[in-house]
Amino acid sequence: MNSLIAYTLHLADNALILGQRNSEWCGHGPVLEQDIAITNISLDLIGQARNFYQYAASLINHSDGTAANPASEDSLAYLRTEREFKNLLLVELPNGDWAQTVLRQFFFSQYQYLLFQQLQFSKDEQIAAIAAKSIKEVSYHLRWSSEWVIRLGDGTRESHDRMEKAMNELWAYTGEMFEPAGYEKEMAVESEKIKKEWNEKVRQVLEEATLTLQPASEKGSVFMHTGGKNGIHTEYMGHLLTELQYMQRAYPGCEW
Amino acid sequence: MMATKKISEKEIRSLLEEVKDPEIPVLSVIDLGVVREIKITGDVTEVIITPTYSGCPAMDVMSENIKKMLTAHGIGNVKVTSVLSPAWTTEWMSEEGKRKLKEFGIAPPHPIYKKKIERLFAPAEQVQCPHCNSNNTHRVSEFGSTACKALYVCDDCKEPFDYFKCH
Repeated sequence: MNSLIAYTLHLADNALILGQRNSEWCGHGPVLEQDIAITNISLDLIGQARNFYQYAASLINHSDGTAANPASEDSLAYLRTEREFKNLLLVELPNGDWAQTVLRQFFFSQYQYLLFQQLQFSKDEQIAAIAAKSIKEVSYHLRWSSEWVIRLGDGTRESHDRMEKAMNELWAYTGEMFEPAGYEKEMAVESEKIKKEWNEKVRQVLEEATLTLQPASEKGSVFMHTGGKNGIHTEYMGHLLTELQYMQRAYPGCEW
Repeated sequence: MMATKKISEKEIRSLLEEVKDPEIPVLSVIDLGVVREIKITGDVTEVIITPTYSGCPAMDVMSENIKKMLTAHGIGNVKVTSVLSPAWTTEWMSEEGKRKLKEFGIAPPHPIYKKKIERLFAPAEQVQCPHCNSNNTHRVSEFGSTACKALYVCDDCKEPFDYFKCH
């Protein structure tokens, strides 16, 4: 598999898996409007994932035109195994409470926003087009999740404590965003620049939210979980895929 | 096999006026601004569309319905291609489309709000109520029944309404 295919799948998997996690809130949101908000974000992410999967499928089929079963967006989402997924560990973690869900969304949206700002000028036209299209949606997600982090962090004692707990749960999963996998290195993304900007932006919001700042995500200074980008996932990933892929596994090729 | 009828771009465009957004049935794909180009090469008719939001489920239906509509009018070889760049914006919505939206009870996107609000906790855009035209309204939720809409309530006539967001 060439780097461009692997990288496209990585972008698709991030969006699909977080979209799947957020969709678990459907019907369970703290209030109706926020239930609708988180599932709208889910829809945007799954739409972005589709665009990346369609592109990955066309690249795969182009490089192997003789395959008996050509790749499609569906086969890539529903028929790959855990080890073939290249998403960040952060996005596959269970939702936890609302605090943990919005904090993760904030960490991820801030990262995606900075990443897509660069990718919209990618030499690869289709990656650039998907990034430029998605960034309009991501800017909504970023604003929405930033506001929630501040609202809860600087809210009641209960909401503040829950945000602190979410920080402790999630921070060790943020370092993976900035540690390029082999296939990322060829994509001319300046991950050091993204990391620096991400730390600055996140720090601003956390300060306003009166949350305890964790040590910067420097390698070596604090332990960071990694592996997802190369297919080594947490125990949660298999369970997530079991639900996500259930229909195609139970009734192969079914359509409705 | 059905004989392919020769048909002009203008005629195709008027047929596409009849293909509606399944979520907002007063708007055609032309009103929405998702039809970017119509290419007639030999006997192949290609309609190039662009999605509104990445995850909008109505796009697949619109694409299918474009094919059905043209095929039903004797156009043989129809291809619908989706392109992402440049990204769709509500500025491509027709004036006619905006008028129809308002009549339907959805506040149309207002160009005044085109400027992206990046500031956190910025006050919501003031949107005119499509029912009583009052400007005394407030936003209930930035996200609504579909990706393209936000939910508002009028503080004068008390009616809730959808606002088609500037995007």
